Amino acid sequence: MPSSNRTRLEPVLPSHPHEVDAGGASRGNMTGESEGLMAYTLPNVLVTTDWVAQHAGDTGVRVVEVDVDTAAYDQGHVPGAAGWNWTTELCDTVVRDIVPVTKLEELLGRTGIDNKTVIVLYGDNNNWFAAWAFWQLKIYGHDDVRIMDGGRKKWLAEGRELNNDKASFPTKTYKAKAPDLSIRAFLPEVQQAMQKKSASLVDVRSPQEFTGEILAPPGLPETCQRGGHIPGAKNIPWAKACNDDGTFKSYEELKALYDAQGVTEDKPVIAYCRIGERSSHTWFVLKYLLGFNNVKNYDGSWTEWGNLVGAPVEKP
Amino acid sequence: MKPEEHTVRRQELAGWLITIETYKLGDTYYCTIANVDPGARFARADGATRDEAERRALEKAERYLAQTRKFPVS
Repeated sequence: MPSSNRTRLEPVLPSHPHEVDAGGASRGNMTGESEGLMAYTLPNVLVTTDWVAQHAGDTGVRVVEVDVDTAAYDQGHVPGAAGWNWTTELCDTVVRDIVPVTKLEELLGRTGIDNKTVIVLYGDNNNWFAAWAFWQLKIYGHDDVRIMDGGRKKWLAEGRELNNDKASFPTKTYKAKAPDLSIRAFLPEVQQAMQKKSASLVDVRSPQEFTGEILAPPGLPETCQRGGHIPGAKNIPWAKACNDDGTFKSYEELKALYDAQGVTEDKPVIAYCRIGERSSHTWFVLKYLLGFNNVKNYDGSWTEWGNLVGAPVEKP
Repeated sequence: MKPEEHTVRRQELAGWLITIETYKLGDTYYCTIANVDPGARFARADGATRDEAERRALEKAERYLAQTRKFPVS
């Protein structure tokens, strides 16, 4: 990293216990040295497509694709990348819940990931489900998780190399930490926040879902009984945080976006959407790019609230 | 291999704005259709030509979009 950037970075960079063991991926250059990335509060959670092209195969680095479209990985992916299916591998398939700890440990182990691996996530649709995976990995305490800025969209648009080999990795042992529930909101907390106005509720769905004009995104199955939003919530659609090329907007643009709706760092924030994945993207933006201390993802989201008997609903 | 002939465009279908993304990988064209807001993929198809892949994806997309109901908002 150029010395000119270090002053800005040093106060906010978390420690990296394996600073020197990531093969050719020297820690001083982990983001790809993009001036744009350096402006975020915690810039070391993002890497550029250039960086991934150079370091995807490094020892101690594992690139993982997580898409909305679960068939996309098989069409072609970043050479050497693993692929995770959010519908089967990043959730409990019996109880509605995030991935259970034993299942996560098994998934990471067979992806060749141990507790010191640098996990670089990317995916389609502006890293929508990459953020979902990021949030769950942080719940289980993985130290070093990063997102490839621009995701699959940018990689394709740049005409970069793809292959469709099913990658296999030497199995490793992974031990998750106790879940950090300070970044996850459950229904009682959201109900209390609504009643006491103790947190900013951010509904990141589309305006048509927010007003109740539609019950699900166009073309997708309806998954709730009532339309509308949690009383008092502000509507800030998740994708407003992204540029057309899939990269995140600048720190200044993001701050202005949330400031304009009164969502600021001095008050806890709870983000929600329909099933908790779009809101994990917003959680990532608020927590890491803007540096909010107290921000949670309510993954029960509208499929929980909009199906609750007697729950208050605001329309439009 | 590298993606070729990558295009992204927007158009209206059955009253909804959609994004059509198409590219060629090897000998196959892949087309993915997403709603513009929020951007979720809901139809995809492949084909030997761009036209075939897009036509098949658009047929599926139109079917799914026809099932999306609109409710009055006061």
